[in-house]
Amino acid sequence: MKRFAKHAVFYSLLVGLWIILAKLKVWPPYVFPTPQGVLDSMWAGFADHSFWIAIAVSMKRMLLGYSLSVVLGMVLGLGVASNKFLEETMGGLLVSLQSLPSICWLPLAVLWFGLTEKAILFVVVMGSLLSVTIAMETGRQQMPKIYGMAGRNLGARGFKLFWYVLLPASLPYILSGLKQGWAFAWRSLISGEMIFVSLGLGQLLMMGRDLNDMSQVIAVMILIIAIGYLVDGLAFKTIERRLQRKWGLAPAT
Amino acid sequence: MTPNAAQQFPLTSDHRCPIRPSPATRLRPSTAILVVPLRHLHRNGIPKVSLEGISLSYKTNDGSQLLALDNIDLKVKPGEFLCIVGPSGCGKSTLLHLIAGLQPATSGKVLIDDKQVEGTGTDRILIFQELGLFPWLTVGQNVEFGMKMRGISKAERNQQTDYYLRLVHLAQFKDSYTHQLSGGMRQRVALARALASEPDVLLMDEPFAALDAQTRDLLHDELERIWSETGRTIIFVTHNVREAVRLGDRVALFSFRPGRIKREFVIDLPRPRQLEDVTVAKSAREILNELREEINKSLEEQYGYEAVR
Repeated sequence: MKRFAKHAVFYSLLVGLWIILAKLKVWPPYVFPTPQGVLDSMWAGFADHSFWIAIAVSMKRMLLGYSLSVVLGMVLGLGVASNKFLEETMGGLLVSLQSLPSICWLPLAVLWFGLTEKAILFVVVMGSLLSVTIAMETGRQQMPKIYGMAGRNLGARGFKLFWYVLLPASLPYILSGLKQGWAFAWRSLISGEMIFVSLGLGQLLMMGRDLNDMSQVIAVMILIIAIGYLVDGLAFKTIERRLQRKWGLAPAT
Repeated sequence: MTPNAAQQFPLTSDHRCPIRPSPATRLRPSTAILVVPLRHLHRNGIPKVSLEGISLSYKTNDGSQLLALDNIDLKVKPGEFLCIVGPSGCGKSTLLHLIAGLQPATSGKVLIDDKQVEGTGTDRILIFQELGLFPWLTVGQNVEFGMKMRGISKAERNQQTDYYLRLVHLAQFKDSYTHQLSGGMRQRVALARALASEPDVLLMDEPFAALDAQTRDLLHDELERIWSETGRTIIFVTHNVREAVRLGDRVALFSFRPGRIKREFVIDLPRPRQLEDVTVAKSAREILNELREEINKSLEEQYGYEAVR
């Protein structure tokens, strides 16, 4: 409750400052919108369904792209971690590739796939694939070897060993990587949507700019932050907490 | 060694001695709920486990070859309880890993019932020193894991899991997670999980080393009871000579680097035994005297000094 009170005070101060600055009219409203204007834009956006549609389209791309990169990343990461040659060669390449902002893949994707969904998906996958791969690789190495041995000892082999032993055993070690992968995918998606126009939150943001509608721009930005927070702060946190409780890693509360 | 002691611990120069029938000194089986099938228990003369010329060498960090195990020949009779003692670092744990098939030997063969085995197999289950229980599974799920891997139906798995959990007195903890249990209880889970795979051979790697004395004594009794009820062959590695004498039908003493079987002792004391028994203590002293030489060797190698007697 005390934490909640702190948050309430902080955010009311922030909005208060915003209202005062807007009231003072230091900048014209099309440069610096009022909180009321942003609220109105938000309301209007949801009322005419344009926000709902944008959220649905963006989330669909996210889910598709992210699941694809999780599956690919796990296979790649496991492959790299279980092969000494790959680990020594490809490990370095993966890390250096990660320094490339994922939006740099967009020109390539557009040339390969044209202005299609596939191009956007490609950018999303490239955005999160490396994080997942690296997480899987390090997770596989950090995971205590005993679990793999115990699994083999009890007769688990091949896919069963991976599915029932190696994957659950490495989950606590790869979860942060999965989370990071999600965050990267989210960033890549919004940037991709901004540059190449098709439905989605990124496009909504650019539409606000085209219409000189600063209130809409801010409203969509808040929406993007909110969705990011919901997934990251709630979904992943819940999984993390449940995992820690199950494993007995949870801090005493 | 005094002649008297020599008589007490006859050296088995030939361990291919005929198989004794199940020792009369064994505990009477309690009312077991299920009759556990035993593969090839009574095939006379054929050892359950047979190691032939097992050697293992590996490269150390400075590039030299280290001979960890040197030409080990060992035969274990069906239903026998064999203890292996030796100084730490003598390769006794590694030997268990080799028998379990988790790691290949440089040379030599592992035979079960006179058939060579390669890789892991559920006829030999190893209980690791660190146990290796799966923390993401409940106690019950841990116990049924081996059966699940073998594709046994859920109903039968359930029944067997309940049976083995009762055997180790953990029935009421079926749905707990392993981190909620004490060290001794985790040992029991590991034992139940291993037994649930119905192995002919149970390999145990210093399983009780980290337990307090009371818990360990209790588990000794239980292990002895379960061993006599199920008739498994057990190879038990420990650095505690008293423990080896208290549990084993036979104790094999390992030498330090390279690991060799230095001597074998037949422990012909009546069961059930207790760790505090005078006879156990006397036998342990004899083995310990031999072991001390090896410990000194290992200390000299590792720290450059000889332990004070």
